[in-house]
Amino acid sequence: MSTEKKPLEKVCLICAKGSLEDVYASLVMANGAVMEGIETKLFFTFFGLDGITKKAMNHLHTATTGNPAMRMPGGLPFPTMLGGLPGVESAVSSMMRKQMEALDMPPVDEFLEMITAGGGEIFACKLAVDMFKLEKEDLSDEVSDIITIGEFYEMCDGDRTQIIFT
Amino acid sequence: MSVKTIAGVAVNVSEDGYLEDMTQWNEEIAKEIAKEIGIELTPKHFEVIKYLREKTEAKEALTIRKVGKSGIVDIKELYKLFPKGPLKFSSKIAGIPKPTSCI
Repeated sequence: MSTEKKPLEKVCLICAKGSLEDVYASLVMANGAVMEGIETKLFFTFFGLDGITKKAMNHLHTATTGNPAMRMPGGLPFPTMLGGLPGVESAVSSMMRKQMEALDMPPVDEFLEMITAGGGEIFACKLAVDMFKLEKEDLSDEVSDIITIGEFYEMCDGDRTQIIFT
Repeated sequence: MSVKTIAGVAVNVSEDGYLEDMTQWNEEIAKEIAKEIGIELTPKHFEVIKYLREKTEAKEALTIRKVGKSGIVDIKELYKLFPKGPLKFSSKIAGIPKPTSCI
């Protein structure tokens, strides 16, 4: 058996969901790959587009209903009925963003800049952009292009490439 | 842990080649580790290295974001100075432990 190491050369990530944790999962993994010197492509589609839409990207929410892992500060379970009250999701999300900032996790716009600063590339899905009636100007300046999934797959060539869907 | 001779000095290094004791570090060691990685150190590199060592001594966690806000370099410049390893390679050259941050 060969013991030769075969490090990853390219990581292609697809972010299809727009909640705070889904978008950050993609951003952390993309930035982590760039920091490791791995070629990185990040593709946003469907509700994930919120992560690169100027108006939405710095105000992402985490779901306070239908999220069994949600806890109150202190660790008690978070009652689902409470999560549905007006303003609760907003407050919880803003609290979460503050906690993330304390760990030096940047806001989404800055995170996107960090990824492209290291040579990572960010794309928007054409089908989803059309569906949500968005224009290139609505998207972060860090987005290099609006492309089809076929074009994205073309970028994912190479035998040390992984596609990650979050 | 193993002992390795870098720039004529016997130093303790981790499995990945990071110095285990940052006080054993000197500029010649930095230059030699950098050469192994393929980086030629400039005064700008040393400014970053100095910053990393200061923060490590103060027991502050390091992220590329923090270095980018240090006023020494922005993140783009940091990648230019230490290609493919802005925090990993800079830490190795600075003689501090392997970074434990994800950002």
